[in-house]
Amino acid sequence: MEDKNSFVRQVAEKKYEFGFTTDVQTDIIDKGLSEDVVRLISQKKNEPEWLLEFRLKAFRYWLTQEAPTWGHLKMPEIDYQDISYYADPTAKKNQDAPKEIDPELMKTFDKLGIPLEERMALSGMAVDAVMDSVSVKTTFTEKLQEKGIIFCSISEAVKNHPDLVRQYLGTVVPYRDNYFAALNSAVFSDGSFVYIPKGVRCPMELSTYFRINARGTGQFERTLIVCDEDAYVSYLEGCTAPMRDENQLHAAIVEIVVMKNAEVKYSTVQNWYPGDSEGKGGVLNLVTKRGHLRGDNSRLSWTQVETGSAITWKYPSCVLSGDGSQAEFYSVAVTNNFQQADTGTKMIHLGRNTSSTIISKGISAGKSQNSYRGLVRVAPSAENARNYSSCDSLLLGSTCGAHTFPYMDAQNETAVIEHEATTSKISEDQLFYCNQRGIETEDAVGLIVNGYAKDVLNKLPMEFAVEAQKLLGVSLEGSVG
Amino acid sequence: MNSEQQYIDLYLQAQELICRHSSSLMNSRRQEAFEAFRQSGFPGHQAERYKYTDVAQVFSPDYGLNLSRLDIPVNPYEVFRCDVPNLSTSLYFVLNDQFYDKALPKVQLPDGVIVSSLNKASVQHPELLERCYGRLARSGKDAINALNTMLAQDGLLVYVPRGVVVDRTIQVVNILRADVDLMVNRRVLVVLEDGAQARILVCDHALDDRNFLATQVSEIFVGENAHLELYELEETHVKCRRMSNMYVQMQANSTAVLDSITLQNGLTRNRADVRLDGPGAEVYMNGCVIADQKQHVDNNTLIDHAAAHCQSHQLYKYVLDDEAVGAFAGRILVREGAQHTVSKETNANLCASRTARMYAQPMLEIYADDVKCSHGSTVGQLGDAALFYMRQRGIPEDEARMLLKFAFVGEVIDSIRLESLRDRLHHLAEKRFRGELSRCKDCKLCK
Repeated sequence: MEDKNSFVRQVAEKKYEFGFTTDVQTDIIDKGLSEDVVRLISQKKNEPEWLLEFRLKAFRYWLTQEAPTWGHLKMPEIDYQDISYYADPTAKKNQDAPKEIDPELMKTFDKLGIPLEERMALSGMAVDAVMDSVSVKTTFTEKLQEKGIIFCSISEAVKNHPDLVRQYLGTVVPYRDNYFAALNSAVFSDGSFVYIPKGVRCPMELSTYFRINARGTGQFERTLIVCDEDAYVSYLEGCTAPMRDENQLHAAIVEIVVMKNAEVKYSTVQNWYPGDSEGKGGVLNLVTKRGHLRGDNSRLSWTQVETGSAITWKYPSCVLSGDGSQAEFYSVAVTNNFQQADTGTKMIHLGRNTSSTIISKGISAGKSQNSYRGLVRVAPSAENARNYSSCDSLLLGSTCGAHTFPYMDAQNETAVIEHEATTSKISEDQLFYCNQRGIETEDAVGLIVNGYAKDVLNKLPMEFAVEAQKLLGVSLEGSVG
Repeated sequence: MNSEQQYIDLYLQAQELICRHSSSLMNSRRQEAFEAFRQSGFPGHQAERYKYTDVAQVFSPDYGLNLSRLDIPVNPYEVFRCDVPNLSTSLYFVLNDQFYDKALPKVQLPDGVIVSSLNKASVQHPELLERCYGRLARSGKDAINALNTMLAQDGLLVYVPRGVVVDRTIQVVNILRADVDLMVNRRVLVVLEDGAQARILVCDHALDDRNFLATQVSEIFVGENAHLELYELEETHVKCRRMSNMYVQMQANSTAVLDSITLQNGLTRNRADVRLDGPGAEVYMNGCVIADQKQHVDNNTLIDHAAAHCQSHQLYKYVLDDEAVGAFAGRILVREGAQHTVSKETNANLCASRTARMYAQPMLEIYADDVKCSHGSTVGQLGDAALFYMRQRGIPEDEARMLLKFAFVGEVIDSIRLESLRDRLHHLAEKRFRGELSRCKDCKLCK
């Protein structure tokens, strides 16, 4: 018993590893949100007129909307006027070498394990590092360019490839989609832009690392990935934030367009600051992610490991328009302490012979609430659509909650939809088996949880899988007892 | 005029008339219900529990109401013959929304058992009604509860005292009979005291080819160690609309079987909220829906595990043809402290035509860790391999399809514990699949 307590104490005192702040001169605009702020952001980024119009339309629409309340979440009141919508940590430029990055920023990303020097970087992975509202550096752009691949921040893309951005921006997630999508469309700052040309298989993993640093700001990144016919790309996303007492808002949009015979793999390891053990602070992660499988036989897979954030409201979705398109969603969501997650997916089947798979694993501990919410819709046009969903929840402790809210709409008689969900605690038998073989209860739980999440972790690229596995262990430590 | 307004106006105009024909106890709850209804109105599509049924549209036509309690010139005992073979029941009728007590079955019920008009019972047994009436179906919870409480003048009471076992099945036939389009508001109260046992079979029939709208609010109390079986069988016609809310409260170690079978209807919305209040309570809920043409069947259940060591098992099966719309939403709520809960929910659906629609929404909401909860839901078609197998053996395709559908719903029917009813339902389901209206052989009502 004593052992157990000391372990719990040890973990309770353990700090969020990425909770440090970077002391760097940051250009932050005044708090508040108005048309002027939207214009100012656009001006700071030297945007063309059409983009400003897009932002303003979104902003005006946002004003007419109310925040959604249907999530199984206790959301704190967000004061949108108390947030600064643009923070640029790269403001301090070296006069002699304007392209050089502030060494402080370099150090920060080094500390996060994201080296920005190409020679130091992990081979086979190009990184776009975004801090607050600005992309600090994108590596390997030249090497990728040789193959015709565009990988840069969205601001650069607007400057250098305006036609491409204009063609696709807002076509998957229109600004009228939902409250937070409208907000993001009005004030979005840097995210990544990826274009894979026809027939190109991207030779390395592309990744974006998001970091919130400045106080009193939110992050509103926007990512757009276009994968042209017969192309392939695997994209990774990671994120962390400093420990702060107040909630920080993160409202992002990710849009993915997949053309004929193309394939996109999108993986996320979300590790925003989850708040302290009393539920104070933490990031509000309110994200709209959607992929549009436009071409025949296109493929898209979302893999997410959600361990951070005080509140997660996120439903990476797929619209399967192309005949024979296939979509997959793999998710592990871990909540501890006072974290709340309402996450899942939407699979909208429009094309013929489309198929989708949903594997969701929820793990809740402490006083947290973890919900899966998903929709599978088979439209009248979707002949022979097929869906399989499996949602399992694991409860560690008697004060947490695990919930499943699946919606199934079948509007075509050839549809086959299967859904199953189970909720239980860790089996006593499994624990006993481990204990009997000399494995401590804490380790045994870690082992069992990792085994439980294996189906999803296996879908992650190698480097990420290792990180996710470690993260899973850390997030749950102290929850057994 | 919107749908709500016509009922608000109706109540304001006819309040005195409504109250004149019903007991003071039923009247005492009307004003509160009226205020709740006026405030909430009908739930829209935004309301999670009414996502799949447009309530305002159901209530918008102009129906007549028999608020003056005019006599309906029919003796159901003379015209109605239930043709479930070998089923001997104590048979009672509710004509529209009036309990028919001009003639009663000759069979004596055990001492203390009451099957009677709710309105009359509220005068004869005020303490019982005071304790139970409106306790589960709160007007503030749901607009249908409010509307029903506001307008209902009679209904059914079944009371089984402590430790009494009613061997003979209590059969209640709800008959809709009118020469004009009619709205009926039935109120049902079932109270099983500790250790009591009863089996109730409720059949819905409609005599006239009129538009009917029936609201029914049932409150069911199952005491400690009591055992209740309730089978609801709906067999009306396409012009009938039914909005039913059922609230069940179960005490420790009680068991309940709650089956609802929709064979023929126009629009049906069944809400069932079961609260397992004492440890060791068990509930079995089964539903079978066979719908075609433009029928609409929406079953919405909530199992509230409020105590430890309880079990719930749900099995709902739908067969949808033509332009039928089916919806199933089942929510399992396991409250904090309700450890050792076992809860299982299964929903399987067959869509047999291009235009049939199915909406399924099984939900788990769990706040206790030592539980075993699962749900499964499928939407699909008849298996090609099975069809092929049967055709290969000389069974015509239509017949093979029919047999497979029959086997599909058979699982639900087999769960019925009343053998004669089970056989009859197999027969009815088969007839239904063959497209023959299910008419009772000797029954004048069905002629």
